[in-house]
Amino acid sequence: MPYPTDRKYTKEHEWITADGMIGITHHAQGSLGDIVFVELPKVGTEITIGKSFGTVESVKAVSDLYAPVSGTVTGVNEALATAPEQVNKDAHGAWMVKIKVKDPSEMNALLSAPDYDKFVSEEAAH
Amino acid sequence: MSVVEATPVVRKTVLNAVHRQMGAKMVEFNGWDMPVEYPASIGCGIVAEHMAVRTGVGIFDVSHMGDIRLAGREALAAVQHISMNDASRLAVGQAQYSALLYPQGTFVDDVIVHRLGEDEYLLVINAGTREKDFNWVRDNTRQFDCKVEHLSDDFTQIAIQGPKGVNVLQKLTDADLSAVKFYWVTRGTVCGLKNILMGRTGYTAEDGFEIYIPPDEETSARVWHEILAAGKEFGAVPCGLGARNTLRLEGKLPLYGHEISDTINVWEAGLDRFCKMEKPEFVGRAALEKAKAEGVKRTLVGLEMIDRGIARDGYKVLDEGGREIGYVTSGSPAPFLKKNIALAYVPPAQAAVGTMVKVDIRGQGVKAQVIPTPFYKRPKKAAKSE
Repeated sequence: MPYPTDRKYTKEHEWITADGMIGITHHAQGSLGDIVFVELPKVGTEITIGKSFGTVESVKAVSDLYAPVSGTVTGVNEALATAPEQVNKDAHGAWMVKIKVKDPSEMNALLSAPDYDKFVSEEAAH
Repeated sequence: MSVVEATPVVRKTVLNAVHRQMGAKMVEFNGWDMPVEYPASIGCGIVAEHMAVRTGVGIFDVSHMGDIRLAGREALAAVQHISMNDASRLAVGQAQYSALLYPQGTFVDDVIVHRLGEDEYLLVINAGTREKDFNWVRDNTRQFDCKVEHLSDDFTQIAIQGPKGVNVLQKLTDADLSAVKFYWVTRGTVCGLKNILMGRTGYTAEDGFEIYIPPDEETSARVWHEILAAGKEFGAVPCGLGARNTLRLEGKLPLYGHEISDTINVWEAGLDRFCKMEKPEFVGRAALEKAKAEGVKRTLVGLEMIDRGIARDGYKVLDEGGREIGYVTSGSPAPFLKKNIALAYVPPAQAAVGTMVKVDIRGQGVKAQVIPTPFYKRPKKAAKSE
């Protein structure tokens, strides 16, 4: 799976675009399995780098969504409330929240697409 | 020196390599490395596997399940002593759901008792309780003229579940499966293997069979693949423990450590109809008689989530005012019923169908309602029209 190069990635398997759209990776949706529920913050919520800002649930388990960087939520993908399976179908298209990034320099510490790809393959080898 | 039972790190069924080869996602379950689901690339995933069993057929490796054989002149007396159902009602070839109880009337394990011969019984037990169950059965049957054998590693057990399960297995055996009723067993040649035990049993609240084949890797892998190939025309898919759990939950079939345990008694679990108090004696009977007279403080109910949210195992159940009244034993989205369901222990006063409660989901009281169980009951076969 080629990871889009228009965004950055975290080791917790989230992605974030330069304009602050956040979602989870194709690898993450695959390991979660059938996604049945996504719980997201309201517009205006402050989210903090490394902290949980929502949850995604598969049939089997609940997983936290971690903020790749700090910021303020300016938009929420409401379609996921009724169609959470979109995350399985198109993880890199199914954005979850859009944020106004507080400190753009925080983006620099995130993984590039090739680095994330490498990280995922190394994780799988364990 | 004394014999110390070492706890192996993690056990594998002989089909482990086959599961990995098929790309299954593996998890540890009760000390076993088992497939939780197979990949979407072969048409699987928990939801697809669940739906295959409800509408067609799914194939499960359930070799982690254990087996105990009791045979001898007093085998029936031994089985009657250690189990709560009435094994004297079993004809040769018949099986029944039952449980092994502690003297307190709580659960050692739930079991399926098969009567294989005049004086021969096979108990199929849970994976996580194999050693505990065997030791308990052996210790509690010493006074009977009856041999007790632990056969857990003697079989690869494969479950072929779903309305089309019978069609799939019939292609592979000479036995007439149409003559085998639910909870009966037969023997026959399966995939060229002679004298194979086939039971019309399962843990999916669906029709289906469980077969017991020789445990060597080569034979097990061959039969596994032959079953999948035979099932292809019926849409058969391999199924993991994820679907096994959601299927049994829809059917309100208890899971040891969740709905039943060594601290939960038969009346609380609502398994009254499998507990034959008219039997003069069995381990746990006296305590159950007393418990019945005293009445239960909690009872198992089915919940449906009314507001958005999924109840999970261990979540608190609250009354409408937010006071804690019980806990969820198993909770999940129900793929066939398409709603979020749970089993929970609550006080009898809050157990009536229609009662509104809340489930504490990460600090939020999410609305739920007590609904009738089982959540899912398989459709009765329509009467044959001429």
